[in-house]
Amino acid sequence: MKKQFQLEDLDCANCAAKMEEAIKKLDGVQAASVSFLTQKMTVEADDGQFDAIMKKIVKVCRKIEPDCTIVL
Amino acid sequence: MNHRQKKMLWRILAGTTLFILALLLPLEGWTRLAAFLLPYAVVGWDVIYKAVRNIAHGQVFDENFLMALATVGAFGTGEYPEGVAVMLFYQVGELFQSCAVGRSRKSIASLMDIRPDYANIEREGRLTQVPPEEVAVGDTIVVKAGEKVPLDGVVLEGTSSVNTAALTGESVPRDVAPGDDVVSGCVNQSGLLRVRVTKPFSESTVAKILDLVENAGNKKAKAEHFITRFARWYTPLVVCAALLLAVLPPLVLGGGWGDWIHRALIFLVISCPCALVISVPLSFFGGIGGASKCGILVKGGNYLELLADAQIVVFDKTGTLTRGVFNVTTIHPDVISEAQLLEMAALAEGYSDHPISRSIREAYGMDLELSRVGKVVELPGRGVRALVDGKEVCAGNDKFMDDIGVAWHPCHRLGTTVHVALDGAYVGHLVISDEVKPDAEEGIRALKAEGVQKTVMLTGDAKAVGEDVARRLGMDEAHTQLLPADKVDCVEALLTEKTGKGKLCFVGDGINDAPVLSRADIGIAMGALGSDAAIEAADVVLMDDKPSKIALAMRISRRTLRIVRQNIVFALAVKAIVLLLGALGMANMWEAVFADVGVSVIAILNASRALRVPDSANS
Repeated sequence: MKKQFQLEDLDCANCAAKMEEAIKKLDGVQAASVSFLTQKMTVEADDGQFDAIMKKIVKVCRKIEPDCTIVL
Repeated sequence: MNHRQKKMLWRILAGTTLFILALLLPLEGWTRLAAFLLPYAVVGWDVIYKAVRNIAHGQVFDENFLMALATVGAFGTGEYPEGVAVMLFYQVGELFQSCAVGRSRKSIASLMDIRPDYANIEREGRLTQVPPEEVAVGDTIVVKAGEKVPLDGVVLEGTSSVNTAALTGESVPRDVAPGDDVVSGCVNQSGLLRVRVTKPFSESTVAKILDLVENAGNKKAKAEHFITRFARWYTPLVVCAALLLAVLPPLVLGGGWGDWIHRALIFLVISCPCALVISVPLSFFGGIGGASKCGILVKGGNYLELLADAQIVVFDKTGTLTRGVFNVTTIHPDVISEAQLLEMAALAEGYSDHPISRSIREAYGMDLELSRVGKVVELPGRGVRALVDGKEVCAGNDKFMDDIGVAWHPCHRLGTTVHVALDGAYVGHLVISDEVKPDAEEGIRALKAEGVQKTVMLTGDAKAVGEDVARRLGMDEAHTQLLPADKVDCVEALLTEKTGKGKLCFVGDGINDAPVLSRADIGIAMGALGSDAAIEAADVVLMDDKPSKIALAMRISRRTLRIVRQNIVFALAVKAIVLLLGALGMANMWEAVFADVGVSVIAILNASRALRVPDSANS
């Protein structure tokens, strides 16, 4: 399943790149991209555990850039 | 400026005032430190806060942390004014940067301002505005003059001209009448249209285009991958270098800790790769946005990058270089006038549904008085025999003329010849051919001017016709009488001919050339307005039918790459120079901040140039 999320207050391009790296490393994530320019995150992950993966993603992102919120 | 940016501006102004006061007041010792700490706190508290918080999260090489360390270090070595100034300068740079990015974002968004906001739907005899997503297939919507067509559909009532500029870059409006298809995203210019919706919004042309352009950023160009890899190594390396610089020289040379720590702090300030991380994707994004403004949809930064190296461009003929519709191109009467010959042929073919008959009727243009026609006999593979005004008219090919024993003569013009005989006597012929697109020749010439080495035409058409078109357009090679599978083989063979970095483009109409489109380095589909197959199969989609857009796409590609290269070289050069000068003790922290945020701002401004399209876009 592929889903797109809006990001709020993503202020730093390098953080976006770091977030993308970290999300890609999570188990069950097939593909991910975080665009600083469109302020959007696209995640492709296994259908069954998508919600669980999203929770992990939120956690990882908060660690890298606490100001940025993912609009779920 | 948004709310947060305004707040930042006030903090910077307040900080600057306090900083100037601190500089002017003749203070000593603790009071002097306090006087400088005050503006420092006003301007930089959030940086310090984020630095501490991020360290708690294990994010060491974070911009805030590095900046905090550098400025706190400056205070530690007694350079109070420098500590404040660097923080101030950094925040000004960040503010500039955020404004510049915001502006670029906005202009990209306005380029893609094709999303319809509402649809007028008739319910219980009254018009109501609903979001386009809520309209179902089969519903009837009303599009008033000046409004965007919200969904794809068929016109039921009303005539108007629609402007497709936002989709195709083509400024000449298109006329629509009942029965015609209209695509979402066009602007209705004059009349009121009632449209029956044929596709849900999520599958409409507008939604597809927006999706494609917005997701183009996900397919990264090589230059972008380079920057991501570079960014991963750059910061840790510079920080390590800073550490060594602070520790090694004093230990080896002895003494002078303060000076070396100061030099190391300069390193920390420059250690963020932000200028590159923002500006390179922004350039590609801008290039893709600018191209879409001209009706060229590029599906990713990687394809935009490849286009610059196009070496061989292979075209499909029918529908790509030619219109794909048949037209009467020549009227050669023998004894009667051109108008008489055309009228006679049109009347004789009046009842036929054959594409050739239809093209003759279209050429005639006026309403046919079919009452003048009688006793029509259609002879498949031959032609038509009919009585027109009581006289026998035969219209058909060479074989038909031979059959009825009429002496005919061949035409020197290429195409399908229709001979006409009146009461058994030859009166002339019409030649019907697929017309070459008006800008095809110019398009091929422009490709050559852009440095494309070879242009090739592939066609299933007859040798004489295909070679004639290729010659007229000035193409280098033509392969004729090909079956769809042969086209793949042809492209395979051509792929072995390219040299070095050169790339092969295939241009087709996307209808039955999907295998070739995907085999080529870059598959370009044209005339995509309304063709889902083309949008799916190709890497680059031309929204209108103009072959000349390919050269324009190449120009946009090269321009974008030029901007990307400028930014990479400029940013790396400035950083390298300041690092070197810093290590030698010849740079101060001010210059380091410039090398960090100053370069970022300049690179972003340069990148936003990629949005602008060359002026010759529509010529």
